[in-house]
Order: sequence, then structure tokens, then C-alpha cells
Amino acid sequence: MYELFKNLGSWLISGDQWSGSDGIAHRIAEHLEYSLFATLIAAAIALPLGLLIGHTGKGAFLAINLSSFGRALPTVGLVVLVFLISGLSLWSVYVALVVLAVPAIVTNTYAGMSAVDPEVKDAARGQGMRGHQVLFQVEIPLALPLIMTGLRLSLIQVVSTATIAAYVSFGGLGRYVFDGLAQRDLVQVLGGAALVAIVAVVLDLALAGLQRYLFRHRRTAAH
Amino acid sequence: MTICRPGKGHLMIQFDTVHKRFPNGTTAVHDLSLEMPEGGVTVLVGSSGCGKTTTLRMINRMVDPTSGTIRVGGKDVLQQDAADLRRSIGYVIQQSGLFPHRTVLDNIATVPLLLGWGRKKARARAAELLETVGLAADAGKRYPHQLSGGQQQRVGVARALAADPPVLLMDEPFGAVDPVVRTQLQDELLRLQKELSKTIVFVTHDIDEAVRLGDQIAIFRTGGHLVQCATPAELLAHPADDFVADFLGAERGLKLLSLKSLADLPQGPAPEGGAWTLVLDEARKPLHWASKSSTGTELPVRPLKDTDSLLAALNESIASPTGLVARVDAAGVLTGVSSRDDIHEYAGRAHTEASVAA
Repeated sequence: MYELFKNLGSWLISGDQWSGSDGIAHRIAEHLEYSLFATLIAAAIALPLGLLIGHTGKGAFLAINLSSFGRALPTVGLVVLVFLISGLSLWSVYVALVVLAVPAIVTNTYAGMSAVDPEVKDAARGQGMRGHQVLFQVEIPLALPLIMTGLRLSLIQVVSTATIAAYVSFGGLGRYVFDGLAQRDLVQVLGGAALVAIVAVVLDLALAGLQRYLFRHRRTAAH
Repeated sequence: MTICRPGKGHLMIQFDTVHKRFPNGTTAVHDLSLEMPEGGVTVLVGSSGCGKTTTLRMINRMVDPTSGTIRVGGKDVLQQDAADLRRSIGYVIQQSGLFPHRTVLDNIATVPLLLGWGRKKARARAAELLETVGLAADAGKRYPHQLSGGQQQRVGVARALAADPPVLLMDEPFGAVDPVVRTQLQDELLRLQKELSKTIVFVTHDIDEAVRLGDQIAIFRTGGHLVQCATPAELLAHPADDFVADFLGAERGLKLLSLKSLADLPQGPAPEGGAWTLVLDEARKPLHWASKSSTGTELPVRPLKDTDSLLAALNESIASPTGLVARVDAAGVLTGVSSRDDIHEYAGRAHTEASVAA
């Protein structure tokens, strides 16, 4: 056991391991690229949806249930399914990751919007704001802490799951896990897993810190 | 149907047989005809669910009437764009409804910004209003939750005044603050109103607040019926029915005295050699009552100015050990005293006069 961790340690810090197209630095960049792109697509779909149902108060039931359904889908199954339909393409990975990311953004955006004090919305209308002004000047700024929480949760979930890209022959940190498994190289498997965990935790902490900084004037701290 | 006619002055707001029935079938306002004079304070009062807030909110189209016409400055509100109309009318609500994510200054600048004044001019105007409503300049940089309830209400009033609208709607603006702060805010509003002469519509369920602030008071009964609309003195002297009388309370005679000043109440020189002596300082300002018989015993004195009410005089004549009320000028210097008998006599006469006149 001790030997294993010692090997893992030297695997993680050895210079050779970090450079080159097979190196850790490159794999992290790939991993982040998949994750960020998938989260961006998810946000492009989920944010307008969450804002719309939050602003109008309509369709909440349907949206929340669709989200739960999306959350319940097994991601690996989805990758393989889209892979079988679309062939060898990164899109199979993106589709699966987006489906994974959408629910947290929709539900948190909706929750943030519905948590805006009705008195404040009423006051905004009473001062003469039009519908879109209430939305962009009052509702979205007030819902922003929860909206950002949704984005953060989704991104972290996607980062943790983006290892599946390697399952269908693409890059990212999953490479180490799947290659390690194939080669029965336990150190490599552990190294890949540890890197995924580290990247996820560091991102989470950084984004949480950013949220705390941005919303430092709010009475309730960012969640 | 009760029609309230103020008689003189231009009319700013007119309700003409306005009816509001909500989709769930409840009638909030029943065939209301009511007129509000320019530059006057009209208080809408009644217990909860009587339609007073709905009446107020129909003026700036936060609620649209089912039938009837409402005119502001002669123009039918339903013919105007709702958002434009609201920007031209100041609106203060309970709990202030301030935007928690904006600084106090930006909160106040809301309507000027919506009107396209530009950030610089809007902020300058907002800073000016901080002073108008009695807030320190550095309050502008703070956020609403960093202020006390009373300060938040002041910001709410400043926000409503920002674009200098001729009409101000105030929906129970002082309902959520403690009684001491409420009295302060009422005083401030009266002071502001003297300067600005806005047409104010004020909703409250507190009859004392209504009597203090109103030039005319409209009393509503559950179901959205206007029962009586009159000046405070008229209302207190001649309640239209038992409902109004009950609402005004058992002490409505005393409340009527709160509207009369004691300027004409006779006064004489302070007596000497009684059981109690009125002690003055070098500037002849009253300090306290001192007992002759037991040395060292002192009772407080609350000197009254001519602008104080007869109710205050009556109260002080009971609290004073001699039944004498110390009268002072604006600087606080003793001008004389009035006796309990004189006060009672004068108060009774004033009450009768008010009843007859009203």
C-alpha cells in the first residue's frame, strides 16, 4: 500500500509525465476544454429556460420534472447510445455531458428567480419599470448568486464525468484511467482519478471564492 | 354612494364610479366616486380588506378597474401607457420595497434613470434628496440592509420624490416601524409637505395617523364601500354612522382637541407662595415644580408652546401637581401659566365650536 502511494506520488510529480501531447498538462487542458464547452452549451439551453419559467411562473412543473429525468439518465449509457448513432465523434460526449449539466442550471435559475421578494418586484413595476427592465435590472441580479451556484454545480459535475470522453477514444484525464485499466497499471489509474478530483476541487473552491467576492454586499452569502 | 368633494382648489385625482372586482369574484372597490384636491393629503383609512390599497393602486395602474374612470391631472389613466404613468407618480410602499442589490443612491436614482436623465445627473439629484429626507450623505454608498427600518422608509420616500412628481402614493409607508420612529417620520412628512405641496394619497389603518396627516380622510368599510369622506375635524365631530364612530374610537372628542392649538387659551402670571413653586433657570426657562412642604421633592414640568395642541394642554394640566400648565415662547422662555379650569372650559368650548362649524 505504501509502495503504491509512493509510486503514485512520483508519477504525479515527475517532469516527463507533465510534458508532451500525452502529458498531464495537455490532458488537463483537453479535459477542461470538454468540460467548459459542454457547460457552455448547457447554459445556453438551460439559462433562458430557467429565466423564462422563473419570470412567468409558468411551466415550472414540466421543467423541473424533465430536469430530474435528465439527471436520472446514466451518462455512460447515453455516450454509448449517441456514439452508436452518430459514429466516432466528440458530439456523443458533448450530448451526454450537456444532458448531465442542464438540470442543475435550470433548477437553480428557477429557484433563484422564484426567491426574489415579490414586494421588490412589485416596487420595481410601481416605479415604472417595464417587464424586461424588471427582469434584467431586478430579477436576474437578485437571482444571480443562485444562478452562479447552478453553473458551478454543473461544471463540477461535468468535470468529474468528462473522463468518459476517453471511454470512446478521446482525450482528457480519463485517458489515464482507461489506459491504466487496459494496461493493468494501477498507478496510472489512481493518478488519473486523483487528477480529476484535484481539478474538480480546485475549480469548485475558486468559483465559490469568486462568488463570495462578487456578492460580498449581499445580506445572504452566496450558497 | 358617497361623493367626497373638497370644494375649493383644483382637483388632481378623480374617481368616477370606479368598480373593481377581482377574478375570484370578490369586490374590492364598490362604485367609488372620490375627488382629491391638488396639493392636499387624502388619507384612505379602514380595516384590512376594505379596498383602500386597491383604490390607491388603481391610481398608478398597478391594478386596473373593472369599470369607471380615474383621472390624474384631468387625464384618464387607462388612456396612458402604464409604465410612463408610473414614472410620473411617486410610489412608496410598506417595508420600503428597496432594491437590495443597489446602493441607497442608486435606489433613489431609479426613476430618473428610467426617464433617461443619465447616470451623473440622476446621482446628483439622488444625493440632493438624501438631505431632503434627513439622511447623511454617506448613507448613499450603503446598501438597504445596512440601514434601520426608519432610514429605509426615508430612502423609499426619497426614491418616490426623485423625479419631482406632482402626485405621491403612499401605501402604509410607516406601518412597519416602531411608534417613536413613526411619529418622527410623520413629522418629517408634514415638514416636507409644507415645502413641496404634493398631492398625496396615503393609505393607513391607523386612525391617529390619518387625523395627523390628512387634509381629508376617506373611511372605507369591508366590501370596498366608501362610508364617509371629510376633513379630520368634520369626521371627528360628525361621524356619519356607528361604523365610523366605532372606527374613530371612544376618545374621538380628545382627538378633535388634538387638532386645535392652544394659542388663544388665556394665561396669567405664575402664582407664588403655593404648595408648589415653578422653578426657573436664569433665562427664565421652566425647570421643574418644587414642593414647599417636603424640601427636595421635585416633579417634572413640560412647558407648552402656542403651537402645541389643546389635547397636550389637557394632558399636562392633569400631570401638573398644581393643575397649572407652564406656557413658553418659541425660545422656551416662560410667558405665563394656564389653569386646569381655564383649559377645561376652553377645550369644551373649542369642541362645541368645532362640532358646529364642521
